[in-house]
Amino acid sequence: MRSKAEDSRRLAAFFQGEIARLATRPVRLMEVCGTHTVAIFKAGIRQLLPEAVELVSGPGCPVCVTPNGYLDTAVAYSRRGDVIIATFGDMLRVPGSSSSLAAEQARGADIRIVYSPLDSLAIAAAAPAKKVIFLAVGFETTAPTAAATVLAAEQAGLENFYVLSAHKLVPPALRALLTAGGARVDGFLLPGHVSAIIGEAPYRFLAEEFAVPGVIAGFEPLDVLQAVYLLVKQIAAGEATLANQYRRVVPPDGNPAARAVLDKVYEEADAAWRGIGVIPASGLAVRDAYRRFDAPAALPVEAEETRDHPGCRCGGVLRGEVRPAECPLFGKACTPERPVGSCMVSVEGTCAAWYKYGAGRWQA
Amino acid sequence: MCLAVPAKIIDRQDMMATVEVSGVTRRVSMMLLPDAKVGDYVLVHAGFAIQTVDEEEARRTLELLEELAGHEE
Repeated sequence: MRSKAEDSRRLAAFFQGEIARLATRPVRLMEVCGTHTVAIFKAGIRQLLPEAVELVSGPGCPVCVTPNGYLDTAVAYSRRGDVIIATFGDMLRVPGSSSSLAAEQARGADIRIVYSPLDSLAIAAAAPAKKVIFLAVGFETTAPTAAATVLAAEQAGLENFYVLSAHKLVPPALRALLTAGGARVDGFLLPGHVSAIIGEAPYRFLAEEFAVPGVIAGFEPLDVLQAVYLLVKQIAAGEATLANQYRRVVPPDGNPAARAVLDKVYEEADAAWRGIGVIPASGLAVRDAYRRFDAPAALPVEAEETRDHPGCRCGGVLRGEVRPAECPLFGKACTPERPVGSCMVSVEGTCAAWYKYGAGRWQA
Repeated sequence: MCLAVPAKIIDRQDMMATVEVSGVTRRVSMMLLPDAKVGDYVLVHAGFAIQTVDEEEARRTLELLEELAGHEE
């Protein structure tokens, strides 16, 4: 009997061979999810692909697409003596217009890293004199966890818990990219864990309206290779459909229970994306019924005027139009230790991933 | 940020569950996956179970892949 490792090698070799055979013209495939970006580097997927197949990262890192204005607001809240900020760790070092949460923390602001949004409720319960603001950042995977936390806060009768929402929705961003056209995408590797919530239907427009194939993909090396194979196969045949490579986790209808929780607390709203601008109905705002948990409504705060760093090309990187090495700051003024733009901060940021795993290939 | 890890539910208490990942146990909320049962494999993200891992589908994918690769020999 063959071992699992042997099976994996055989399969990888099969996909690699088929991809090389089918990629008869240059194709650009966009992986939309930052977790895919890192998985592709870690598994060395690029080294397995023929030159004709280019993998480009998209706007799939929630921290990266959060614009400076949001960070400036979070910084303004953190400067209030009566506020505790609760946040996922990767938001800490993202530079805003003139400061970051890490810098404010060093100056004495009370900023706590949480693993789960629910952890902020324990912080709120233990500090009734303080107002605890959870930085609600993330795509459809994460947004239901923040919504559930608001419901849990209501149930627990907590009156000092708030969210500052910067949640974003993936399908409207893909539509905006295809409409703008600059990224010249021939196919999408679609985010598996976003899809675990939203299911297949929200992506159908890719093939139906834009004739661009998409494959919902998992995160194991073989998942990614198979997804690339399925895309290249469609492109070679001149077809465009939506395929689901990650069926073990993504049922066609996603997770309706999670969407019901999300829908109870949040409603669609226009949202600003770093590098892309305002995309209609691409974000989530707290519904009126839960307004008392909405930080901007319940605790208005004045933030500084927003400025973007003039040299940073994070926006072009997020649109898939600029490779990190094409930014004059990349690896020089901007490194993971001293990031200028958000794409260099998050471990799933395109620039950070190229810097860490690119092994100097970006210098070529 | 959308990282999620598979874990096995070993105990369920109302809307919370104890799950096991590689020998480590932790408590997760079941608010987003209310129908999952003890013994199910679930995907955990930010302290919440967000989806059931379909073992049957995982097995079928593997079989299909093996069949696919087998044709190439």
